[in-house]
Amino acid sequence: MSTRVNSENGSNLESAITSVDQSRMLINAAKALTAYRESVLILVILIFGLCMTFASPVFLTWRNIEAILLALSVEATIAIGMVILLISGGLDLSVGSTLAFAGVVTGLTLNAGVPVTVSILIGLLAAAGVGMVNGLLVAKMKINPFITTLGMMISIRGLLLVTAKGRAVLNLSESFTVIGQGRLFNVQYPIYVMIALVIIGDILMRNSRFMRQNYYIGGNEKAARLSGINVDLVKIFDYCLVAVLAGIAGLLITARFGSSSVTVGGGLELRVITAAIIGGASLSGGEGSVLGAFLGALFMGVLANSLNLLGVDVYWQRLITGLILIIAVVFDVINERRKERQQ
Amino acid sequence: MEKILKTENISKSFPGVLAVDNVSFGLESGEILALIGENGAGKSTLTNILGGVLNPDQGRIILEEKEVSFQSSHDAIREGISMVFQELSLVGNLSVAENIFANRHPVGPVNNIRWRKLYRETEDLLLKFNLDLDPMMLVKRLSMGQQQILEILKAISTNPKVLILDEPTSSLTEAEIDYLFQNIRKLQDQGMSFIYITHKLSEVFQIANRVMVMRDGKYVGIEKMSAITEADLVSMMVGREIVNVYGAASGKTMASEYFRVENFCREGVFHNITFGLRRGEILGFAGLVGAGRTELAQSIFGAEPKDSGQINIDGKPVKISRPRDAIKNRIAYLTEDRIGLGLFLSMQIRDNLIAPFLKQLSSAIGFMKKKLIDRHVREKIKEFAITTPSIYQKILNLSGGNQQKALVAMWMGIRPEVIIFDEPTRGVDVGARVEIYQKLREFALAGTGVIMISSDLPELIGMCDRILVMHQGEIKGEVLPDDYSEELILSFATGLNSQPLG
Repeated sequence: MSTRVNSENGSNLESAITSVDQSRMLINAAKALTAYRESVLILVILIFGLCMTFASPVFLTWRNIEAILLALSVEATIAIGMVILLISGGLDLSVGSTLAFAGVVTGLTLNAGVPVTVSILIGLLAAAGVGMVNGLLVAKMKINPFITTLGMMISIRGLLLVTAKGRAVLNLSESFTVIGQGRLFNVQYPIYVMIALVIIGDILMRNSRFMRQNYYIGGNEKAARLSGINVDLVKIFDYCLVAVLAGIAGLLITARFGSSSVTVGGGLELRVITAAIIGGASLSGGEGSVLGAFLGALFMGVLANSLNLLGVDVYWQRLITGLILIIAVVFDVINERRKERQQ
Repeated sequence: MEKILKTENISKSFPGVLAVDNVSFGLESGEILALIGENGAGKSTLTNILGGVLNPDQGRIILEEKEVSFQSSHDAIREGISMVFQELSLVGNLSVAENIFANRHPVGPVNNIRWRKLYRETEDLLLKFNLDLDPMMLVKRLSMGQQQILEILKAISTNPKVLILDEPTSSLTEAEIDYLFQNIRKLQDQGMSFIYITHKLSEVFQIANRVMVMRDGKYVGIEKMSAITEADLVSMMVGREIVNVYGAASGKTMASEYFRVENFCREGVFHNITFGLRRGEILGFAGLVGAGRTELAQSIFGAEPKDSGQINIDGKPVKISRPRDAIKNRIAYLTEDRIGLGLFLSMQIRDNLIAPFLKQLSSAIGFMKKKLIDRHVREKIKEFAITTPSIYQKILNLSGGNQQKALVAMWMGIRPEVIIFDEPTRGVDVGARVEIYQKLREFALAGTGVIMISSDLPELIGMCDRILVMHQGEIKGEVLPDDYSEELILSFATGLNSQPLG
């Protein structure tokens, strides 16, 4: 809805008659482009990609693109839920642990001889359970989301280490691993799952009444309550949703690697939050979009891949990602001030 | 008389507006000059320039015959002009003493804070103003009124020659206002001069020696209080004659009672509240701050708990335990705190106007109906004369009056049967006030019952068909139009007088 980037602008520009018109249109086009985070990100990714095709012959091969998408499918899938939570003014640090939890639960049930679909369901239910606890603590007990989910992140990880004694669950049956490794039209399944979820999530956040309530809650929780919005229900739903998405990502990873590890997903929560914020979300709530969060994750994925191809040290990548997060937020502040001045 | 502070041809523009337009005026030594005008008239910009917060584009400021220019409010304070802002600048987790002496703590040789001296000096200051407060108490434990007074004390502690007060009484109780006025007069006797911004015309007559009116950034005039009436001031402010701010109830016939609140109780807040509302009636609730009116209204609306009590609509009991239930029963509650509780400031006016009835504007499977929403929002903006460049404008960019109109428009969208309006015109300029009064009259005429909670007695007397007066959580009296007088209402409100309700 809000992405105004299109190629027509470019061709219109060239056919403009006078240079005055041309510059005015350029300014207008630039304004339209910078008005939305999504369009800025798309532009940046395209320019970046263009540079990379010249810098590396491997970059624009299908193999490489698939590798990028596959690598970011975990972050992007969870980022859908995270950005919704951030919009409502919440936060979840426990997604990395939840992801491992779902994978281990499903792995254990599979190896106990439970059918694949039932095992998947149990894994996702386990994840939803984590989300439910988070949601109840935040919405009903009014405990700060940061503290609640930090505690949950540590304790779930601890639970995994205790029960699985630090070992991975190996030898998963092929009827399960196919969901992570199988291909359709030469594209691995997890990429389809990610794209489908992003599209559904974005449409719902823009158009569905229930999901729009998140913007009101993040904008002014007290006013939302007075407006008759069921704030607690929406919050609990959000925590369950992000946990289930983490569960889905966990199952896809488990299936891809054919084993479930108790240490997988460490540090993931911060990468997911970074993606959402680069995509336009704010920690104070009320702002952001699913598409933006996806593009944030895509940008980080393309960046990491490019730096790899260019042979940049992996430690540099962290530095650069951190700087980009800060630049994105500074960009926001400048943009906001410019809009204020225009009034 | 000697002028302590003068401005010559001060102008200040922001992109798109000339906020202060060539203003020249003089403040006499030892006087209290009230500064009034509608929202956007330029009062705050002008006083911000005097207080060093803003730089003027042109013009001169002359303090005691000497031209001055300030780079920051720090400069202004050093030269002797202090300012008390509308928003509180106190830090809740610090003590009274540290707030008063923020950044000016008495220090020892290695910049170490001398706590004993700090507390002693604070105590002296508190004593001077008859304030019974512990200097070590944390500010967050004080009431809003106490905090407001502390804010003023903080400004006074720099010993200014000129003190600028920006709506200091908006959150004070009657007793606190009295206390504030006493102290302002005391400081006036000691030679301090005041510029006093307010929206309450009655206060102007109570405290000021002269009054200055601004409109659209321009200086309209300065008048002696003895030479002017309230009606004159209103027409100076709006630039046209307003015969009757409140309008007149014409052609209205009061129907039967349809909404009844019975035995509402909440421990320590209100008890045994019973009253009825008739279709088309405007029922006022008077009382001092802390009388329990807002709490009662929020309990009726289901936003606050109650211990017991029953609501009947058309003789049938209805259960309201949360705002959603109230909205379903077509009860609207318009809060006194439109910034904190009422509006979604960072959101578009479009999203705000539909907040209480998202369900009605979405399809069966829960998708928002965009076209219907746009049409509804445009209609409401027109109906309530909200001035905004577009429906996508963020509500925080609107003026106070337009925000208040947006709050009304938002709640009228549920087509309420009962409107509970808490402080309908707080922080709203005269022009928007007239429009809000007129709208309320239209709703009443169309058969909606309106419950109006207000601390502005002239407003209640001007608008209401009946006034209930609360004191310490109880309804102490019912006043009918024939008996309307501020004295009678206040005698109930202060608990001096009470009458059993028939």
